[in-house]
Amino acid sequence: MNSSFKIRQMRIAYLFLLPAIIIFLLGLVVPLINTFELSFNRLSMGSRWSDRDYVGLENYERMVEDDHVRSSVGVTLRFAAIVLVAELVIGMGLALLLEKPIKGAAVFRTIFILPLMVSPVAVGLIWRYLLDGRIGLINHYLGQIGIPAQTWLGEPGLAFFSIVITDIWQWTPFIFIILLAGLQALPSEVLEASRIDGANWWQMTFLIKVPMLRSILLVTVLMRLIDVFRALEVIFIMTFGGPGRSTQVMSLHIYKTAFTSQTLGYASTIAVVLMFIMLVLSLFLLLFSNPLKERADF
Amino acid sequence: MNSIKGLNRSTVLQYAVLIFLALIALGPIIVMFITSFKTQVDIMSSESMWVFQPTFDNYTHVFENKFDLFLRNSIIVSLASTVLSLLVAGMAAYALSRLEFPGRSPIAYFTLIIRMVPPAVLAIPIFILWLNWELFLFDLIDATPFLYEMDNPDPYLFAEGLVDGRIGLTLFYTALNLPFAIWLLIGFLRQIPTEIEEAAIVDGCSQWQVFTRIIFPLMRPGLAVAAIFTFRISWNEFLLALVLTDRNTRTLPVGITLFLTEQGVQWGRIMAMGTLIVIPPLVLTFVAARQIIAGMTAGAVKG
Repeated sequence: MNSSFKIRQMRIAYLFLLPAIIIFLLGLVVPLINTFELSFNRLSMGSRWSDRDYVGLENYERMVEDDHVRSSVGVTLRFAAIVLVAELVIGMGLALLLEKPIKGAAVFRTIFILPLMVSPVAVGLIWRYLLDGRIGLINHYLGQIGIPAQTWLGEPGLAFFSIVITDIWQWTPFIFIILLAGLQALPSEVLEASRIDGANWWQMTFLIKVPMLRSILLVTVLMRLIDVFRALEVIFIMTFGGPGRSTQVMSLHIYKTAFTSQTLGYASTIAVVLMFIMLVLSLFLLLFSNPLKERADF
Repeated sequence: MNSIKGLNRSTVLQYAVLIFLALIALGPIIVMFITSFKTQVDIMSSESMWVFQPTFDNYTHVFENKFDLFLRNSIIVSLASTVLSLLVAGMAAYALSRLEFPGRSPIAYFTLIIRMVPPAVLAIPIFILWLNWELFLFDLIDATPFLYEMDNPDPYLFAEGLVDGRIGLTLFYTALNLPFAIWLLIGFLRQIPTEIEEAAIVDGCSQWQVFTRIIFPLMRPGLAVAAIFTFRISWNEFLLALVLTDRNTRTLPVGITLFLTEQGVQWGRIMAMGTLIVIPPLVLTFVAARQIIAGMTAGAVKG
C-alpha cells in the first residue's frame, strides 16, 4: 500500500468517526466540562449560566465537612460491596450448579433475563408494593409462617436491606448468564485432562474453572460496579433515600442537592467526586489484570 | 420412554432449581400483572390476594390520563435514538475496526470511560444547558421588535418547540448508548472477512459504498443486538427524562410516577401502567432472547 492511499484512508476513517465524535462532544463531553467548571461556582436553580459566581474551592471545602456527603459515600460503598459480593456468590454458585447443558435451557435463560429488561422505575414500583408494610405480599406470606409484619421501607436497616434484595433480584441473572456462558466456553480438553488426572469436584471448580474465568469475572465486576454507581432509579422510587439518609446513595444525593436543594454548583462538586471515586475503583480493578489489554487487538 | 430413563437424579435436581429460580424471576412481574386488574379495595384487603373480581378500571383510567401522549413521546424518543445510534455507531465501529489510522485504541478506551458517566451527573449540566438555550431564544425574541409584537404564530411557542425535551433526550440517549453499540459492533465486524470489501474496492466501490452496500447489511445481526440494548435504555430511562421533559413531552417512565401522589399511592393504576410499559421490552425478550444474551456476554466472554 502506498502512502497516499494510507492518508486517504485515514481521512475517510476520521470522517466515519465524525458523527460519533460530534454526539459525544455535545451529549457528554461538553456537559461534563460544564459540571467540572460548575463545581468551582455557585449557581442556584433558575439562574442563567452567565449568573454563576466563581467561589474557588469553597464548594470542595464545604463538602469535606458535609456529613450528608460522607454518609452518602458510605451508603454507596456499602451498597456496592454487598450487592456485588452477594450477586457474584449467588450467580457463580448457580452457574456451577446449572452448567450442564439440558433440554429447555433456552426457555429458562429467557425467563432469567426478564428482570433485566423491565424498566428500573417499574422494578422500584413493584418492589415498593411487594414490601409495603400494610398491603405488601412479603408481609402477607411472612405472616402465614408466623413472622410478624415489618415496615420494610420505614426503618433504616430494613430499607437498606430492601434495596439490596431488589438489586440482587434484578442483577444476579446478569452475572449468572455471563458466567454460565463463560463456563460453557471453557476448553473441554483442559477439563478432560484434569478429570483424567483424578481431580475431584472441588479441585475442578476452585483450582481450574474459577481461575480460568478470572478475566470474565473481572469484566463482570467492573461492569456491575459502574452500574451500581450510576443507577438510582430503583432507590429513587422505593425510598427516595430514606428513611433518614439510610439509602441515600451518591447519585441520589447529587440529584437532591441539584434539584431539591437547588444548589447546582455544590451538586456538581459532589458529582465530580463521584466520578473520581468511580475512576479510582475501576483503575484499581483493572490493575489486577487488564482485561482490555488482552483484547486490545480490536 | 428413553428420555424418562435418561433423567437421572442430578438432572431432576437441576430442573427443580431452574423452576424455583424462574418463579423468583417471574413472580414480581406476575404480581404486577395481576394487581393491575384489582380495585383499590381489593388491593387494600389481604384476603383477596389471588381471588378477586377482575376489573379493567385501572386501564381505563390510565388510558384517559394522557397515556397516548406519554406513549407517543416514548416511541419518538426511543426510535429516534435507536436509529441514530445504529447509524452513527455503525460508521464509527467500521472506522475503528477496519481502517488503519493513528489513535484507534485511545478512542476505544475513551469509549469505555464514557460508559462510567452517571445520569445524575449529566442531569445537572444538561438541565442548565437546556434552560439557557430556552432563555437565549426568549431574549432573542424580546430583542427583536417585530417578533416581540407578533401574536400569531406566537414566536415564544415556536421557541419552546425548539427546546423540545424530546430532541435533547434523543441526543443524550444516543450519546449514552454509543459506547456500548460501538463496542458491540466492533466485535461483530471482526467476524466479517475483509476479502469482500477489498474485492469491492478493487471493483471501484468507494469506501462509503462499501459501508452502505456491503458492511451495513452484513452487520445486521450485530445491529439487531445493538438496537435491542439501545431501545431498552431509551425506553426505560427515567432521570434525564424527568429533568428534561415537561407536561407535553413526558415519557412513560416519568408519567407513571404521577400516580405516586401526596394523598396516597394509586397501586392499581400504577400496576396497569407498569404492565403497559414493560410489554415492549418483554416481547423483545421473548422474540430475541438469543441476541440479548449474545449482547450481554459479548463484552465479557468473547470481548
